[in-house]
Amino acid sequence: MANIFSLENADQKLKALDAFILEQDAKEDALISILHKAQELFGYLPSELQLYVARKLNIPASKVYGVVSFYSYFSQEKRGKYTVNICMGTACFVKGVEKVMHAFSEQLDIKSGNTTPDGLFTLKDVRCIGACGLAPVVMINDKVFGHVTENDVSRIIDDYKNMEGSEG
Amino acid sequence: MPVKSLDELRKIREDQIKKVKLRETGESDDQTIEILVGMATCGIAAGSREVLNELITQISTKGIEHIKVVQVGCMGYCHSEPTVQVNMPGHEPTIYGNVDRNFVGEILDKHIQNGEILDDHVLIKTYHSAL
Amino acid sequence: MTTQRTHIMVCGGTGCVSAESLQIVELFKEKLSGVGYADEVAVIKTGCFGFCGQGPIVKIHPDNVFYVKVTLDDVEEIVNEHIIKGRTVGRLLYKEPETQKPLPKHDEMSFYKKQYRIALRNCGLINPEDINEYIAFGGYEALGKAVTEYTPERVIDIVKASGLRGRGGGGFPTGLKWELTRKPVADQKYVICNADEGDPGAFMDRSILEGDPHSVLEAMAIAGYAIGASEGIIYIRAEYPLAIKRLETAIGQAKEYGLLGKQIFGSSFNFDISIKLGAGAFVCGEETALIHSVEGNRGEPTKKPPYPSIEGYNGKPTNVNNVETFANVPPILIKGAEWFSSIGTEKSKGTKVFALAGKVNNVGLVEVPMGTTLREIIYDIGGGIIGGRAFKAVQTGGPSGGVITVADLDTPIDYESLKSIGSMMGSGGMIVMDEDDCMVNIAKFYLEFTQDESCGKCTPCRLGTKRMYEILDRITQGEGTMADIDKLRTLGKSIKDSALCGLGQTAPNPVLSTLEYFYDEYLAHIKEKRCPAGSCKALAKYKVIEEKCIGCTACARVCPVNCISGAPKQKHVIDEAACIACGACFTACKFQAILRP
Repeated sequence: MANIFSLENADQKLKALDAFILEQDAKEDALISILHKAQELFGYLPSELQLYVARKLNIPASKVYGVVSFYSYFSQEKRGKYTVNICMGTACFVKGVEKVMHAFSEQLDIKSGNTTPDGLFTLKDVRCIGACGLAPVVMINDKVFGHVTENDVSRIIDDYKNMEGSEG
Repeated sequence: MPVKSLDELRKIREDQIKKVKLRETGESDDQTIEILVGMATCGIAAGSREVLNELITQISTKGIEHIKVVQVGCMGYCHSEPTVQVNMPGHEPTIYGNVDRNFVGEILDKHIQNGEILDDHVLIKTYHSAL
Repeated sequence: MTTQRTHIMVCGGTGCVSAESLQIVELFKEKLSGVGYADEVAVIKTGCFGFCGQGPIVKIHPDNVFYVKVTLDDVEEIVNEHIIKGRTVGRLLYKEPETQKPLPKHDEMSFYKKQYRIALRNCGLINPEDINEYIAFGGYEALGKAVTEYTPERVIDIVKASGLRGRGGGGFPTGLKWELTRKPVADQKYVICNADEGDPGAFMDRSILEGDPHSVLEAMAIAGYAIGASEGIIYIRAEYPLAIKRLETAIGQAKEYGLLGKQIFGSSFNFDISIKLGAGAFVCGEETALIHSVEGNRGEPTKKPPYPSIEGYNGKPTNVNNVETFANVPPILIKGAEWFSSIGTEKSKGTKVFALAGKVNNVGLVEVPMGTTLREIIYDIGGGIIGGRAFKAVQTGGPSGGVITVADLDTPIDYESLKSIGSMMGSGGMIVMDEDDCMVNIAKFYLEFTQDESCGKCTPCRLGTKRMYEILDRITQGEGTMADIDKLRTLGKSIKDSALCGLGQTAPNPVLSTLEYFYDEYLAHIKEKRCPAGSCKALAKYKVIEEKCIGCTACARVCPVNCISGAPKQKHVIDEAACIACGACFTACKFQAILRP
């Protein structure tokens, strides 16, 4: 796999990260904030990036890894362009979100937590996003879809695929 | 302009209360109408941002004056998002539910300009409704 | 594509079609174009509404009006009255069988009648991004009064006298917590706001932060003054971007006004607030875990004592309260402890915000005085169960709570009463479940959540919840044994007794409480290999009741796997081996001839 630092704009992103770390006075207790920033910039936190942060803060890489692996918000895998977050809150559960999850999983042909081979979609189950009035809820990147049924799934996927087609 | 004493805080309140007392008492010194749009996560996900934008656009194209659009937090009516509250001077407030872009025009044309309340979308029409 | 303001949905299910619903569609189109509304209003033939006994059904969107037994003669009236004049045609509304009252689309009255808003007082009323509006409604007066007129001890006394208890779940008296944090001598103390709302199905903290961020800032400053802290931290979920943004704006404005910062209200009191993001770990709602997370570590809980009030953030005395608790503080200082303590029950004062969700008509955020009954919340405020189905249970306290059944619907709710019936207040999520929800499956859902969120530090929680989950999974697959029930009980009790933190100690609650109240359902799964609610896929088997089947073929046509055979007007048969138990035939049959497992 290509090293994350050899990607386009990697230098710029690293500079932004360095600046943020400096702002936090490179303090150890800012580790979670720094990781948030790093993930925002790079999209995910591969081991080389974790190592980079550890060296900057002068703390063991094991500590960084410990934190990254503890919190579900941090991802060590590259994500697709669109992350399909299926809300697994109780309200969504009783309103039948399992069927929606099943439909996404079947139609994208991936399991929850995985990314489609074309790098377009990542399927994820997430904890309650607090939009229970709209249950069942699916959030694709920042857009929230409410009252989703399994019949809506193919249309939603197609919309994103078409968007991709028209962009490309 | 830092607030250095309770009196200074109260002075700010005196100035500000004129602008918002319509929401509590239906009174307004300058006869301004207020439209409140519920803009919490649920509301936005259900389309309240589009409603807000549509309100602002239509108010300017229709040239309606003395009207103010205010974004507020969750009104609690999650089942009927997006929600919009209309406060007209001298009237009790009206809260509409399930508002979409198409309905915005009706609120402005019928309710705001003709004082006609659109019953089918009304969730509640009273003050201190929570009490 | 043009967008239509209204959609008229006409049921095109078999039952309705046979009652001339297709002609109704055509007539609607004709009448609408006659009045020039053809472009504005769409007429759509839909699938079966599942309400065949009352067909033909016409539903109008977005008004959500549901007309039943519509005939060709009614079409003109619906167009003239509803579409043109916007008036509902009352005589065509569905009437509730028992009361014969037309079922209103929204209960205009009750939703707010029983509510009393303290914590949510400004939500939906003010612009959360404008500090002036907060001030206009009395904001920062409480802070001003506290720092200029009251001693810190007096502030603590008022909060103690008010009877305010922690709204995050535990119900610890807030004033006492402040006093305990005030006592130790230290060069620095901290106030932390717990905004890591992790209980699935609860969203009141998010709504308060999004709708009224200043009330939390003001209360944190008051707490800071009371305990002698100059620094406050809001620990908030990264999943709440809008709340974070509004908090940042609010902090900026408060600093500009000098309501945060140095020498607040000209006094010697200094207070600043910063924001720390969580990263998705339910256990971080636990105080000690939260503090470790704020320090940049894994959010694992530690043994108490030492309590955070003695040794918290950075080893200094720290006071942690949740969002809703803070939002109650400014009104208490303004209106007084007596006012607050006059609301609620003997031991639980004030109000509680509940996030009412699940199978209830009016999903929403409600704030009611302590002591309100569940029936009032679910039926009067919530408008009852969706589709008029039967209420089965309500879960409070999320993954730490339990189910409450119909027997306890009239119990006045407060911290103690909920505990006594095997649930707990929790943060205020209230999930309503109907007859279609399988209680074993619900227990499994919660255990899947807790075993996933278990931080792994202590064995009872790490392994115990996993084993419990596996047993529940086995039962829902139809492979459970009676010994499993004993194992669940034993495991549950020992986890409760031996887990390190609140997450683990309460994790077995959903299982223990469903075992107590819905033991029959467990038995049905184990002994009869049957899921009474028909929701456990592995156990579901649908059958045709021969006496009732008239051979209308409705079921065969909707079956996605074509496993229903039978000629028209002949009895139909379901091939159980091929059946995927989707339930489509059950919904499609208007003669109740499909037996649901």
